[in-house]
Amino acid sequence: MKAINHKLWRETWHMRGQVMAIALILACGVSIFVMSLSTVDSLQNTQENYYEAQHFAEVFANLKRAPENVKARIQDIPGVQTVETRVLAGVNVEVADFKEPITGILVSIPDDGQSLLNRLLLKVGRLIEPYHDNEIVISEGFAEAHQLRPGDHLTIIINGKRKVLTIVGTASSPEFIYQIAPGAWIPDYKRYGVFWMGRSPLSSAYDMEGAFNNVSLTLTPGAKIKEVIDKLDVILEPYGGLGAYERKDQLSHRFLSEEFKQLRTTATILPIIFLGVAAFLLNVVLSRLIRIQRQEIAIMKAFGYSNIDVGLHYLKQVMVIVILGFILGLLLGIWTGRGLGNLYMEFFRFPYLLYKIPAYVIIIAFFVTAGAAVTGTLHAVSEATLLPPAIAMRPEQPVRYRESFIERIGIKRFLAQPTRMIIRHLERSPMKSIFTSLGIAFATSILVVGSFSDDAIDYEMGLQFNLIQREDLAVSFIEPTSYSSLYEIQSLPGVFHTEIFRSVPVRFRNEYYTYLTSIQGMQPNGELSRLINTDLKEVKIPPEGIILTDYLGKLLHVKEGDLLTVEVLEGSRPKLQIPVTGLISQFLGVGGYMDISALNRMMKEGYAVSGAYLKIDPAKQQDILDDLKERPRVAAVSISTQVKQNLYDTFGENLLIYTFILTLFAGVLVFGVVYNSARISLSERGREMASLRVLGFTRAEISYLLLGELAVITFIAIPAGFLIGYGITAYFVEALSTDLYRIPLVLNRDTYAFAATIVIISATISGLIVRHRIDHLDLIGVLKTRE
Amino acid sequence: MPANQTNTVTSSRTVVFRARELTKIYDMGEVQVQALRGVDLEFYSGELAVLLGPSGSGKSTLLNILGGLDTATSGYVSYHDNILTEATEQELTEYRRFFVGFVFQFYNLIPSLTARENVAIVTEIARNPMQPDEALAIVGLSDRLDHFPAQLSGGEQQRVAIARAIAKNPEVLLCDEPTGALDSKTGIVVLEALDRVNKELGTTTAVITHNVVIGDMADRVIHLSDGKISEVYENKVKKSPQDLHW
Repeated sequence: MKAINHKLWRETWHMRGQVMAIALILACGVSIFVMSLSTVDSLQNTQENYYEAQHFAEVFANLKRAPENVKARIQDIPGVQTVETRVLAGVNVEVADFKEPITGILVSIPDDGQSLLNRLLLKVGRLIEPYHDNEIVISEGFAEAHQLRPGDHLTIIINGKRKVLTIVGTASSPEFIYQIAPGAWIPDYKRYGVFWMGRSPLSSAYDMEGAFNNVSLTLTPGAKIKEVIDKLDVILEPYGGLGAYERKDQLSHRFLSEEFKQLRTTATILPIIFLGVAAFLLNVVLSRLIRIQRQEIAIMKAFGYSNIDVGLHYLKQVMVIVILGFILGLLLGIWTGRGLGNLYMEFFRFPYLLYKIPAYVIIIAFFVTAGAAVTGTLHAVSEATLLPPAIAMRPEQPVRYRESFIERIGIKRFLAQPTRMIIRHLERSPMKSIFTSLGIAFATSILVVGSFSDDAIDYEMGLQFNLIQREDLAVSFIEPTSYSSLYEIQSLPGVFHTEIFRSVPVRFRNEYYTYLTSIQGMQPNGELSRLINTDLKEVKIPPEGIILTDYLGKLLHVKEGDLLTVEVLEGSRPKLQIPVTGLISQFLGVGGYMDISALNRMMKEGYAVSGAYLKIDPAKQQDILDDLKERPRVAAVSISTQVKQNLYDTFGENLLIYTFILTLFAGVLVFGVVYNSARISLSERGREMASLRVLGFTRAEISYLLLGELAVITFIAIPAGFLIGYGITAYFVEALSTDLYRIPLVLNRDTYAFAATIVIISATISGLIVRHRIDHLDLIGVLKTRE
Repeated sequence: MPANQTNTVTSSRTVVFRARELTKIYDMGEVQVQALRGVDLEFYSGELAVLLGPSGSGKSTLLNILGGLDTATSGYVSYHDNILTEATEQELTEYRRFFVGFVFQFYNLIPSLTARENVAIVTEIARNPMQPDEALAIVGLSDRLDHFPAQLSGGEQQRVAIARAIAKNPEVLLCDEPTGALDSKTGIVVLEALDRVNKELGTTTAVITHNVVIGDMADRVIHLSDGKISEVYENKVKKSPQDLHW
């Protein structure tokens, strides 16, 4: 080995402490980057793979009832490849020892076994034996939530009739990855399930023999999806078609896509910040590390090494650190990525995870880090090699200082010399101070962003459950029902107050913008269900016209006062023009709101209700639930406290993992920035400090010089970090807005306090470590050597 | 031995430092370097002593132990009634803070402070210090008070270092090769400053050098070689620094 390489290894070994600190920061940046992007990519990859393997359909349509022979006409639509008709039924379910109401959807599978489309992936047990009418396959999530196994029994109430069925298997399906009840926001595996049954027994129980109420299909390559949907809608129109939709509007897929989009946004921006800060640190640390070696460089040049030789030598040294950190980060990233991927896999109930790290992730991570290291190194080396060796070998001229701005404005006489030193030092290299501050600020901002979703959820939940939905129970009927059903409920013991609602499926149309949703008919001056906008102001329901969610208004390009075309997808299916009387800002979902009387007049079907909101005596809740369960017209009952609890649990579970990892790494980042900055300051100013020690300064007094400087930098960084964090949050809020939900831009004081606390703790720890080194300064050694 | 020198030691004066059987061994891993091999020595109040010796003779080690910068391996050193060899780290810091002034070959000024402030940083923590301006006047730098180190020549920087060392009115001034980094003309200016401090303030001064000529300005010259005192003599006639040539 050449002597110069010996030098490289020995020096690297000699400064192994700092090498490790730098490598760790780098590893942090790389691993967060690799972890996040590989997780997102793997999930998406798994999703696609799963869809393909299980023949997930591309177009779906629900309808009231059509004879089976309509299928042939659908098959004839140009561009259609495979068609499958099914019977779907909303059911109530009873599981032994579970008292709360459970609803679910019963989906038919062909009598002779596996479906053509939306095939089941069996987890445990088997599919249904041909023509066995008492067998059922249940969704994996539901099975787990209730600990049900093949051989267990389940009671299903279908069309008012009770049926006891035997579970033969548990399965998952691409159609119900995200198992979400109609109108709910997140899955509740205990209270909503998906069940599969043979077509014949289901049809006979649901009065659907020789008919179907759901169709799904795939397309031939190159088929025009819009045309297929239009033609399908025309065919299904007379059979109560509720509007065909493509895969991207399919409920499970929609939610999944939104989750992935959210994950991708957070899992891209934050890691980029991480990688950026790590790269910046690397650049600063290395260039300063090399600047200290000025004399060594001069000596090498004096021996006859060329500038290129010297440059390459230091590049090699730097690359040792980069490669060390990179490999460490890559391994850590793969390990944590796999872990995170598995957690998400469980959350989304993917049957498996195809974990892979895309090559581009590795390449980007490597080039960003290596690039930052190389530029920092070359910059410092070129500075050092510019000097003729004779000058470089002389001790460096004292650095030029001047009175700082703060002193010049006249408060100088209040400052002791050490404080003047701190201020002048900060001001002499403002870029260094600013960048160090910026590094800490970015770490602070990550902490702010990391917990922002908690704040948003708190705010949103507070708004939703304290102001908008104030009922204890929400009851929905199988079909629009007359007022008489309501009176019966109202007279149940323990029911204090009821309010009715009417929900009508519609397609909104404005020119070529359309949107499938429903109109909610509300009781004016309601107490339990109100329209509250995001500024917490109540919006009154006008006697005529419709109020739209502002986000929907944007999607449809309508504003207040415009006429909106409403195609009702129920009953006599009228097409109407309704004036938009107002827009309301909301966080959850989008829709239209009308006075229930106006809605019923529009439907021309007299007074009908879809359900009711109940305020009840909590002590009587179970009695009321038991009573409601026996009423055939009641399709579902949701209990407000449980909906709320489930929302919190699910959000918490999902977010905590990522937040925790981010917090941990942001802490490491702060530590790294402060520690490295202190270490470098110490090596630059060790001589100065040793001089002061010799002059009789105590350890505490000289520590003040260095730690005081770091404290100033940290305290400037924290508010800056708050600002950056707020900015990133605002960006997220904007980027993640969809028709499914908008996120409130809310940051609580707790969040700021938390971020500041973590930063201060990390900074203090690194300060203490450096303080330890200050305490062990080699006074004589420092003074006897030249700089 | 020159005619104007004598070996008799005046023992009637107050002893500032007393060293007995002083040894210092540096443990350099595989080898041990014995820097001091049993030194017995006194320094007297108000004297200007020059320690001469080739490099490696142990003179810096001796000075560092006297100044509380280093500890002895064995033996005994006292400063008046205080036994330095038994002092704690905190006591040594206090000792340096209030009683000792240091001057080094490389001036070790704080680059971010002006000449005046470099002195003030010491006077701010000292007892009964002189004004920074006064200390700088003694070394002839009254016109350079607000200059930063980068704006001063090497000789000027060293004089600031002397001003910084004497401003606390220390009882002893320890100088390690104060002219080592300077040309002879500038060196003499620095020595004049030291001489003046010694004469006017009566500060006990010890100067380390390998430049034999500087010995001529001392009250007493102490030769070290190989970790031991090889010779001590007093100058009957002290030369003024202006008369030194090298």
